[in-house]
Amino acid sequence: MGMTIVEKILAKHAGKKKVTPGENIWIEVDTLLTHDVTGPGTMAIFKEKFGKDAKVWDKDKVVLIPDHYIFTKDKHAMRNLEYVKEFANEQELTYYYEPFTDKYKGVCHVALAEEGHTRPGEVLFGTDSHTCTAGAFGQFASGIGNTDAAYIMGTGKLWVKVPETIRFTFEGALPPYIMGKDIALISIGEVGFSGATYKCMQYDGSGIRGISVEERMTICNMAIEAGGKCGIIEPDDKTIEYVNARTDKAYDLFYSDTDAVYAKEYIYDSAKLEPVVAKPYSPGNVDLAKNCEDVKLDRAYIGSCTGGKVEDFFAAAKILKGRKVAIDTFIVPATTTVRKKLEQITIGGENLIEIFKKAGCKVGKPSCAACLGGPEDTFGRTHADEVVISTTNRNFPGRMGSLKSQIYLASPYTAAASAVTGYITDPRKFLK
Amino acid sequence: MEKIIKGKVYVLGDNIDTDQIIPAMHLVYKTDDPEESKLYGKYAMSGLPLDIAEKQPFIKGDAYISEYQIMVVGNNFGCGSSREHAPLALQKAGIKAVVAKDYARIFYRNSVDGGFLVPFESKEKIDSFFDTGDEAEIDLENAIIKNITKNKEYKLNSLGDVANIIEAGGLFNYAQKKGFIK
Repeated sequence: MGMTIVEKILAKHAGKKKVTPGENIWIEVDTLLTHDVTGPGTMAIFKEKFGKDAKVWDKDKVVLIPDHYIFTKDKHAMRNLEYVKEFANEQELTYYYEPFTDKYKGVCHVALAEEGHTRPGEVLFGTDSHTCTAGAFGQFASGIGNTDAAYIMGTGKLWVKVPETIRFTFEGALPPYIMGKDIALISIGEVGFSGATYKCMQYDGSGIRGISVEERMTICNMAIEAGGKCGIIEPDDKTIEYVNARTDKAYDLFYSDTDAVYAKEYIYDSAKLEPVVAKPYSPGNVDLAKNCEDVKLDRAYIGSCTGGKVEDFFAAAKILKGRKVAIDTFIVPATTTVRKKLEQITIGGENLIEIFKKAGCKVGKPSCAACLGGPEDTFGRTHADEVVISTTNRNFPGRMGSLKSQIYLASPYTAAASAVTGYITDPRKFLK
Repeated sequence: MEKIIKGKVYVLGDNIDTDQIIPAMHLVYKTDDPEESKLYGKYAMSGLPLDIAEKQPFIKGDAYISEYQIMVVGNNFGCGSSREHAPLALQKAGIKAVVAKDYARIFYRNSVDGGFLVPFESKEKIDSFFDTGDEAEIDLENAIIKNITKNKEYKLNSLGDVANIIEAGGLFNYAQKKGFIK
């Protein structure tokens, strides 16, 4: 009986030939990610448990990317930034992307990939549930809490239960109006909001191989929204090209055996897929965009780890070029690298920032911004009963700030089309 | 670990996410400062939808601690963010145990590894058999929750492998006991 890619990665990191789903194993960790929200708590536990003079297990392997609460006057949030800065300096962390300096990056999951910290065959843990984003590179990547992270900081090890894998195969090239966000939402809608709890979601088929690494990141990012422990896509030439352009470090490629055992398999005919939205208040509450066109909106939000990458904005700009938005539309690049590229990439002689500004959008600074609400002065945060279409990954009650606001999740195409009409809109209307 | 957990019950349904347990704007207080970390108790469950919060306030007025010690909930409790502030906030508010049909993975793990509370799984979904304010008693050895007010008992799943970590008081204590770390 063969193994899945995730079982193979975990077996290697446990020093075993074979592992079986359900088994509890101790594994070696390649990279630990933390940020400004969960970093301070992790660092406090690390100091309490390993001693105030303790050093992290490997200063090259703890990656610190503050991103959540950067551009705010909130005193407590600013204190978090000071706290993690002191820790980074004291521990001489090699990879600390310090806010308000040239090193600042923005959203950790995107920055991690851009800076070459995501590599096939490795094990990544992060104190953020969307750490599963990095499964797009054929690695095991999963979110953990502060105590587990502090344990890794001191030892480089953690116990895990080997997950079963659910496989989603997309047969045939994805239609041009279907984005990674649609694929993510379709799969979550299929298994349900908690349908992949404790499991790995593996994405496969020519539809997945046909899309870019950035789009794959959006898909794996949202595995957690079905309860998934991780999302994963087997590495291919696109993965290797992306990774090799950003790191010199050697890595191993793993692939699921043809006789690997899956907990469940879903197969889709890509040609039949249609743009979708997730309605309040769950990413699993999925419906076709065309069925929701009577929903009147107050705001559109294009940004975050699942909607703030270059390709996300390129898609939005294709629709927004030469048009005006009918509602408040917020553009938040995930990282400083994305922000720079938005000025370099053009459509019909206009760069993307110009297109957004001419359309009437508000452009914010690279960070997580209003994806998760945050302090009162956060860019794009809701404060009343706004109805929002958003490229972010969660639409829980109060997620974007106000308990009275309602969030619809959608692809950048759908969000941009909806920004133009002021109602939820199937983007095919603008993509003919 | 206490053998019996007794107290008043707070009841919620399915898919209570970590943003509801502790909204993102409150993730900025020091967790290692005993005075400041009381704020996590004060704001525990402050992200609940307004209709629920008005009907059954979890924290009353300016209090830092809830009048409830046990939560009985439905499916997928603690879904969403990896924030360990979620089980921490419940602990600070005085919650000793949660009984859910099932949990989101990271919340469950954080509850156990951080030693914040005991996350029980009920054999059946039992949130509709309890009312907020009922008195209940959890017998850890026999894995039973008793609704004292309604005089009914329900079976819980055995804690299984994680009982050892809970017994030790969290991952670090467990690892020390096992000799994994000094």
